[in-house]
Amino acid sequence: MDMKVAKKKLGLKEKYKLMTRDLGWDTTYQTKEDVFPYVGYEGIKIHDWEKWEDPFRLTMDAYWKYQAEKERKFYAIIDAHAQNNGHLNLTDARYLSALKIFLQAISPGEYAAHKGFARVGREFPGVGTQVACQMQAIDEIRHAQTQIHAMSNYNRYYNGFHAFADTRDRIWYTSVARSFFDDAMSAGPFEFMIAIGFSFEYVLTNLLFVPFMSGAAYNGDMATVTFGFSAQSDEARHMTLGLECIKFMLEQDPDNLPIVQNWIDKWFWRGFRVLGLVSTMMDYMLPKRVMSWREAWDIYGVENGGALFKDLARYGIKPPKGWDDAEKAIDHMSHQFMLGLYQWSFGTAFHSWIPSEDDMNWLSAKYPDTFDKYYRPRWKHIKKLADAGTPFKNYGLAKLCQCCQLPTVFTEPDDPTLTCHRESVYNGQKYHFCSDGCKNVFDNEPEKYVQAWLPMPQLFQEPINGDLGAWMEWVSLRDGKDNGDYAGSEDQQNFEAWRGLATTNQ
Amino acid sequence: MQIDLRTVAIQPQRQAFDHLVRRFGDKPASRYQEGSYDIQAAENLHYKPTWAPEKELYDASLTRIVMQDWYALKDPRQFYYSTYTLTRARQQETAEANFAFVESRGLADMLPDELRDVALKVLVPLRHAAWGANQHNTFICGYGYGTTFTQPCMYHAMDNLGIAQYLSRLGLLLGDTDALEAGKQAWLDDAAWQPLRRYVEDCLVLRDPFELFVAQNVALDGLLYPLVYERIVDEHLSVRGASAVAMLTQFMSDWFDETRKWVDAVLKVAAAESEHNRDVLQDWTRSWSARAASAMVPIVELALGAEADEAVGQQLAALTARIQKTGIPL
Amino acid sequence: MSTVFIALQANEETRPIIEAIEIDNPQAVVNRQPAMVKIDAPGRLVIRKSTIEEQLGREFDLQELHINLISLTGNVVEDDETLTLSWNS
Repeated sequence: MDMKVAKKKLGLKEKYKLMTRDLGWDTTYQTKEDVFPYVGYEGIKIHDWEKWEDPFRLTMDAYWKYQAEKERKFYAIIDAHAQNNGHLNLTDARYLSALKIFLQAISPGEYAAHKGFARVGREFPGVGTQVACQMQAIDEIRHAQTQIHAMSNYNRYYNGFHAFADTRDRIWYTSVARSFFDDAMSAGPFEFMIAIGFSFEYVLTNLLFVPFMSGAAYNGDMATVTFGFSAQSDEARHMTLGLECIKFMLEQDPDNLPIVQNWIDKWFWRGFRVLGLVSTMMDYMLPKRVMSWREAWDIYGVENGGALFKDLARYGIKPPKGWDDAEKAIDHMSHQFMLGLYQWSFGTAFHSWIPSEDDMNWLSAKYPDTFDKYYRPRWKHIKKLADAGTPFKNYGLAKLCQCCQLPTVFTEPDDPTLTCHRESVYNGQKYHFCSDGCKNVFDNEPEKYVQAWLPMPQLFQEPINGDLGAWMEWVSLRDGKDNGDYAGSEDQQNFEAWRGLATTNQ
Repeated sequence: MQIDLRTVAIQPQRQAFDHLVRRFGDKPASRYQEGSYDIQAAENLHYKPTWAPEKELYDASLTRIVMQDWYALKDPRQFYYSTYTLTRARQQETAEANFAFVESRGLADMLPDELRDVALKVLVPLRHAAWGANQHNTFICGYGYGTTFTQPCMYHAMDNLGIAQYLSRLGLLLGDTDALEAGKQAWLDDAAWQPLRRYVEDCLVLRDPFELFVAQNVALDGLLYPLVYERIVDEHLSVRGASAVAMLTQFMSDWFDETRKWVDAVLKVAAAESEHNRDVLQDWTRSWSARAASAMVPIVELALGAEADEAVGQQLAALTARIQKTGIPL
Repeated sequence: MSTVFIALQANEETRPIIEAIEIDNPQAVVNRQPAMVKIDAPGRLVIRKSTIEEQLGREFDLQELHINLISLTGNVVEDDETLTLSWNS
């Protein structure tokens, strides 16, 4: 920190205190309730905001200095990447499907987090908490922007990126991520912190950023590695904020424990479903793979998550309710997702494909108990259909889970041959779910989840009225270019032709 | 195999993202455009906020200002995170050098006591006002509509915090922790500071983001910054031999010069939109700047004594002229 | 005992930091991955300003760590001289 003090020698903590929480005061012309109207209704009791422990103690001057350095590095690399046709360094252009999903579903989430943290950065009555949240608010817009900027050059050469602002609000699979962030933002400030600050940032983002970005490095995508690791350096602060926040809530009042536990249960499961797609990115979409989803889960889920919940046990916190079901799903989910994506690939602004023999051998080595038994036969069947010129397409509509909004493609935790379906009835209406986890979330707050915008029924309403072509136009999906199998796609042809230009003298 | 990819001339498939082509035509987009336009979710929002069930998650009707396209409120500086951060990083280097210069040469100790007292009395309590400004801009970012309008408010909020921190350092440098304690006491209890504190607290319960923008960024800052940093620091104190203080507040002077251009641009576009907006803005700018002016008088008095009324009057006239130039009749 | 970790970008700037961490934490295990170095330690990991300065040959502000930090776990305690990661369990 750059704060230099002439007289009394102040330690980092004291200095930081003067630079942040000492700035605030108890208002007297307006009541606390009017100044902070949203902080009470969730039932969390805070007796002393002064007890808040600041996660990292960056004053604004240090923040500007260090962040500027990160920014300079980042833009130098993506400029060079664009100028030198860095996209031709990719191992293979099918890898870009992962980035297309990222831009359409995750980057808008960064923006939502930006807005959400600005809100809680104002709504929490403690200055220390507010400042930490505000810094996260400004970081999150950074992430949205660096991602868009990093992918902008890919958009100039490849399909599937061009309409991310439209697909974000309209296409079916982005609704998974959108409903997650909308759910967090429509909650109160404390629940928002547990949702994004704790469950998403602390428990789950390592899975998204660390192994996946290493994967990007393996596959020659320096633009993504750079935004990924650069963003993750902010996440280290965010994760620490999330952890401080949960400890603070638990230390302030024992009555907070059941509320917090309930949120942890809910948001672990919500996050697990959203980030589930990362399993497919890692296991299927990286041409050169760095580690399997299972291996990543063992490190970042089991080992780190385990350590975290062991640490929190002193407050009475138990591991999230869905933890065991999650563990049971790990060896199945990437395959189930990819099979789903392949059969509905007419409706995705990214490509999917049938894994090659090599890919399948890798998958069976990484998933010795599941792949050959349950998934290789299905891929083989699909391959046979494709070879016969009758590729497997499911033009039927997927049944979406009312909670996580994913198609109900998952199997029973204890029976991988049986698709999992759950139902609840609320106000005489029947609602469908993909799992016990999602049904529980709904049952705890049905009045919220009945509001969910479901993209499939939209197909039969104005302005689409069941017309697939009209739907594609509405979601800005260009049939035959953005969607379908990677094999034979424009992206594949272009990439190979351009690479040919680079490696031969033709 | 090393491939020299630079030598490959390939034809791009498209120039820019669809939404930017729709707005700006089929040509490459700037990074500001890519990072700002249409990046807030606009349709098919999933749930109503539990904290305000009658509203939408992103709700343009939280303010009385009506815009057909909120993205019309563009930032003339075209700040996105990177350009913003790089700009402030350069400024903080200057500020750092200024603080180091004042410290290393013992300039603080050489200040005449009477001038140091004035500096501490006027500037140190303002760290709380800057914190108030931070709260308001954070609010506008959080609840305002459209990224081109809300993103600069987040930057502004962090600037407000930075300014509160520079003022704190100034207090520590000129008067140690006692100065900060005395400043806080004055902010809480001294009669001179109560109108301003009341102003800030009344803004803390305003929940119309655009009105808050007017109350804080137009009216209060529009008077406070010229009065404090030009009139009191640059003119009054520097002339009498306290130019060291001006070195310590250079960031604030430069910042106000830069940011007012953005503030004016926002007013101008909002006012040009409709008769309705002009009426609302006229009402807000008139009432908030009158209140801000009377809140500033006792503070300016701490430095300028009997001249305070006149100084504030002049500045209010200048602010009125500035607002009129944005198309709001006053 | 639970493992804490810190992950840093693999580059010239982090080389002396990683060396310093190894010196101060003999029990730590350094894993080098593509573009990233992940350092695991049982229960606790200390990063000491003075050790980094010895490796670096210049003054080092611990907050400079932010520039090349990728991720970490554990409870964070930060003061002028050290940054400590630990699990209480």
